[in-house]
Amino acid sequence: MPNDLWLSIGAILPIIVLAVWACLLLLVDLFIPAQRKGWTASLAAVGLLITLAVILSRLGQSQSGFGGMVMVDNFANFLSILLLASGLAAIALSHDYLQRTGIERGEYYVLLLFSISGMMLMGMASDLIMVFLALELLSIPLYVLAGIAVPRLNSEEAAIKYFLLGAFASGFLVYGTALVYGASGSTSIAKIVQVIQAGQHNLTLLLAGAGLILVGLGFKVAVAPFHMWTPDVYQGAPSSVTAFMAVGAKAAGFAALLRIFVLAFPVVSLDMTPVLWSVAALTMILGNFVAIAQKNIKRLLAYSSIAHAGYILMALTPYGQSNVSADSVASALFYLVAYALTNFAAWAVVIALEQADERGLELSDYAGLGRKQPALAAAMTVAMLSFTGVPPTLGFVGKFFLFRTVIEGGFIGLALIGVLTSLVSAYYYLRVVVIMYMQEGEPVVRRDGWLYATAFVSSIGVVALSIFAGPLIALASRAILNLF
Amino acid sequence: MLIDWIIFFGLAVVAIASGIGLLLSKNAIYAALNLIANFTAVAIFYLILAAPFIALAQIAVYAGAIMVLFLFVIMLLGAERLGGTSTLRWQRPLAIVLGLILIVETVLVFINRSGAIAPIVEVTADFGSPAAIGESLFSTYLLPFEVISVLLLAAMIGAIVLTRRRDQKA
Repeated sequence: MPNDLWLSIGAILPIIVLAVWACLLLLVDLFIPAQRKGWTASLAAVGLLITLAVILSRLGQSQSGFGGMVMVDNFANFLSILLLASGLAAIALSHDYLQRTGIERGEYYVLLLFSISGMMLMGMASDLIMVFLALELLSIPLYVLAGIAVPRLNSEEAAIKYFLLGAFASGFLVYGTALVYGASGSTSIAKIVQVIQAGQHNLTLLLAGAGLILVGLGFKVAVAPFHMWTPDVYQGAPSSVTAFMAVGAKAAGFAALLRIFVLAFPVVSLDMTPVLWSVAALTMILGNFVAIAQKNIKRLLAYSSIAHAGYILMALTPYGQSNVSADSVASALFYLVAYALTNFAAWAVVIALEQADERGLELSDYAGLGRKQPALAAAMTVAMLSFTGVPPTLGFVGKFFLFRTVIEGGFIGLALIGVLTSLVSAYYYLRVVVIMYMQEGEPVVRRDGWLYATAFVSSIGVVALSIFAGPLIALASRAILNLF
Repeated sequence: MLIDWIIFFGLAVVAIASGIGLLLSKNAIYAALNLIANFTAVAIFYLILAAPFIALAQIAVYAGAIMVLFLFVIMLLGAERLGGTSTLRWQRPLAIVLGLILIVETVLVFINRSGAIAPIVEVTADFGSPAAIGESLFSTYLLPFEVISVLLLAAMIGAIVLTRRRDQKA
């Protein structure tokens, strides 16, 4: 047992490093004066870098730990790296923004680190109990971060809404877990698979459990009809939090969905596939069509994030076909990377234009940006093109990969809906570009090195990685889910 | 055997009566006290089911800590008097209808139970004893246990961050 224990601890070492670092940072932060919270931000970034180094030093190994509670495989490592990079981008976006809006506090960064460790755990969780705990560990800091701008009413509203609905959604996940336990006698994915292979499961209960788990996690990734909270929370939360939430919560939620469904639930795919099909279709249609009517850039990006959750869920639809499910995982992971990079490029520009008291967030505030700040406008243009899925961007490669998976699975109708809604989305994404370049205006822009760096690195990444997409696709294809 | 039945039905009456009392009392303090009685009755049920750890946890955590907190909050806020009329008038009939449907469904499920339930593992004699729970907590469920501790820390930080009064040093 002791030897086993050391191996298990070794398996989750990155998360331990991150959580311990967060606890230490909480103490160190006490001695950092309020004007110098930049130190806390830098220390948090160092913690993320150390964690990243720990992961990179042991890539390629695949190991389960704590009696099957976690499974550290290529899939988990891929996600961990994506999440840590997102965390770094979030810190780069946060520091200056928090300072000038007067909501900077050391705990912000501590909570951010806790949330990231929860997300990483979600990618590894191979027991439904761990999925639930990881979900809570990532959500609770996010609820608080959404409301960290108290007493600003919008922020309070966002936090309360997110918290109440999130708690409700967690209830669905737990109920689903209980039903799956009743159907199979275990919460461990590996054991559930054994019971199903032996044919000793109760199919009805398993189906009900799978459905409830889909509801619980569907809330987190904001797919319709569980998306109601998204626009209000994305708009009310501080922009730097929203930028991180959009990527992190989505990546973690899809990680759990992919692992649970692809490994444990192919047996109910006959019934679940139509459900996934309709949820994905509804999400793509609703997200893209409602986004057209938005005048506030944060709400527009919120509906855009709903639409993109639909695209990713589309990849999950053929999860039950064993010859396609590997492509499902790979294309979903690839699209998550594309979405993350594009998202941070867009939000960096949004944060650069946002001013105190939530001004500078209307689409009309972007008029004249093309002339005043050609570089920022270019970054925003790249992001909008990538969201739409226009060729020299990562968004195009990602969507291509997604549609190919869906067509391989034989769902041509769904792929068609995806393509058509992408065309619809061109209308509102390109409208931002048109306003930036074609309309006259005097946009007020905040100059901050980290903000610009994030915008440029992300947008250059979006273009460069689409041209040299080979290695990233290879990485995503190798990120296979391991059962044992 | 007879004594078991007497204890069971006695407790059941107490549990249900205190539950109804909780719902019907107009004073929040009485409602809270009813809830304590209910928790205690349920704790004794756990004892009958040979689950001493859960029974004591129920008393210590729910009937003890949480209810004391409830009473403090009620008294500090001066919220003993509950508002008489609810604003959502359609809620009560709807709740009655849905509750009846739930009861009927439960009974139906029990009457015609169909389909195999997953193989149930035979429990050992010391199942649910404090020693067994402690052992599984620190072996099988070690990781969840540790994750919960981090989770609670994060929740605590969050609660403090959101409620602490801002001392603006402008």
